[in-house]
Amino acid sequence: MNDRLAGKVVLITGGANGLDGQLMGFGGAFARTAAREGASVVITDVDEKNGQLTASQIEDSGSKALFARLDVTKSAEWQAAIFAAQDAYGRLDVLVNNAGILSAFDVEHTSEEDWERVLAVHAMGAFLGTKYVAPVMRQSGGGSIVNISSIAAMVGNPSSTAYATAKGAIRSFTKSAAIQLAGDGIRVNSLHPGFADTPFTVDSLGDPAVLKRRLSGIPMGRLATAQEVANAILFLASDESSYVTGAELVVDGGCLAQ
Amino acid sequence: MRMRGKTAIITGAATGLKGEIRGIGGATAWAFVREGATVYLADINDELGERTAAQIRETGGAAHYVHLDVTDEALWQNTIDFIVKAEGALDVLVNNAGTGRDYDGDYSDPDGPQNAEEALKVEFTTVEGLDRQLGVHVRGAMLGMKYAIPEMRKCGGGSIINVSSIHGIVGVDTITSYSTAKAGMRHMSKTVAIQYASENIRVNSVHPGYTKTPAALPLFTDPELYADRTSLIPMGRYAESEEIANSILFLASDESSYITGAELVIDGGHNAQ
Repeated sequence: MNDRLAGKVVLITGGANGLDGQLMGFGGAFARTAAREGASVVITDVDEKNGQLTASQIEDSGSKALFARLDVTKSAEWQAAIFAAQDAYGRLDVLVNNAGILSAFDVEHTSEEDWERVLAVHAMGAFLGTKYVAPVMRQSGGGSIVNISSIAAMVGNPSSTAYATAKGAIRSFTKSAAIQLAGDGIRVNSLHPGFADTPFTVDSLGDPAVLKRRLSGIPMGRLATAQEVANAILFLASDESSYVTGAELVVDGGCLAQ
Repeated sequence: MRMRGKTAIITGAATGLKGEIRGIGGATAWAFVREGATVYLADINDELGERTAAQIRETGGAAHYVHLDVTDEALWQNTIDFIVKAEGALDVLVNNAGTGRDYDGDYSDPDGPQNAEEALKVEFTTVEGLDRQLGVHVRGAMLGMKYAIPEMRKCGGGSIINVSSIHGIVGVDTITSYSTAKAGMRHMSKTVAIQYASENIRVNSVHPGYTKTPAALPLFTDPELYADRTSLIPMGRYAESEEIANSILFLASDESSYITGAELVIDGGHNAQ
């Protein structure tokens, strides 16, 4: 057990993919990491079964964890999840807006419904989370909000139009929230992973031809692990990054440096 | 211990005395040692560097001082050789040495700048001042990478952190040659990052905003100037050197194993506006 998040309460959206012995997502990997570093963890997701299971596995390993159902597009569910965190642990120090969905269509094939759904989960989700946790964090003297964006927010994407737009919205939202909340000791940063090996990308990168093409565009020549992204979230969540706000941290094996 | 077993060289690391305001290099040396690294503090201020290294050793840490003018190619070569002979490896290079010095004259020449503010501007930038800035920042970082990378390759990888500035990203009312040199470090980091990514040698830049260091002393000991500057910073204060050191530590350690060619801004929200 380490102590980089000792005494802190962490809420993670999209955190159900953290089961022992299975390929983890960013949310699940960070939930594990946060627990290892001494935090009490609130795992939220729409996947209640795996969310409950991830939380109970973390509890079994000796850390504090609970699951709360949360559709990030619903105000009422946000308020209930934040209440559950406060009720159990008395405070809330870190929010990781990680919940996301994919949409792989070019602009002409993107439906209005798809566009709205993708924008809602990413942009509305990060907005509602920030809106409802800010007063709670302010009460305890500050906090850290980590918004999971993507390298797709920074460069054009050939096939994921709505996804790239939504990630771009998160990037920009992060900076506005950061300067608005800086005076309250609440830091807000965005994280921009490149291609990673997670349950999220199994479908798209499972095809060897697609994977080979992707890898050829990555200077490091490999995908990120979820743990490598979780490490970066940990840095932004912890007090080690106490002067970092409104920043964007790219974790992409050199993709965007080209 | 996040840096256990690693050997690091940090340039511009002399200002790290206990109980005094530390520079970014000195604070980074303490952070690395705390996390288990063996650290070589390089500087041109030998007396201060030796004292800082001695203080770190007194706490049980592995620290050594080496004299290094970062603009001197032969010295770089000797220094890296010396470290590798002593430790058998080099894992981390922090190119931190810097200078804010540019204009040397006073303000008596009617054709020259009439005050410090004017001296920042390109009309009054001297060739000597520009060469000095590019020398310490760009040539210094280039030489460090040139000689460290072959040794890192032998260890199976390494991490290089180039300490740039927020002034290397946005145009601000600062010394023309300083911001140009810091921008050069930023760009060189990306170029070198993609050259060596496949060899697991990572190169990133950090971009501190205003920081309480000995070099920036006048910028925070003068209350009026401090109030003026901090009014532009959303967090309303300067960074402590230790806060920059924490970011360098993150990039130096294996926790950031997928981060290369990236730029980490540590500025209290200054550039987000």
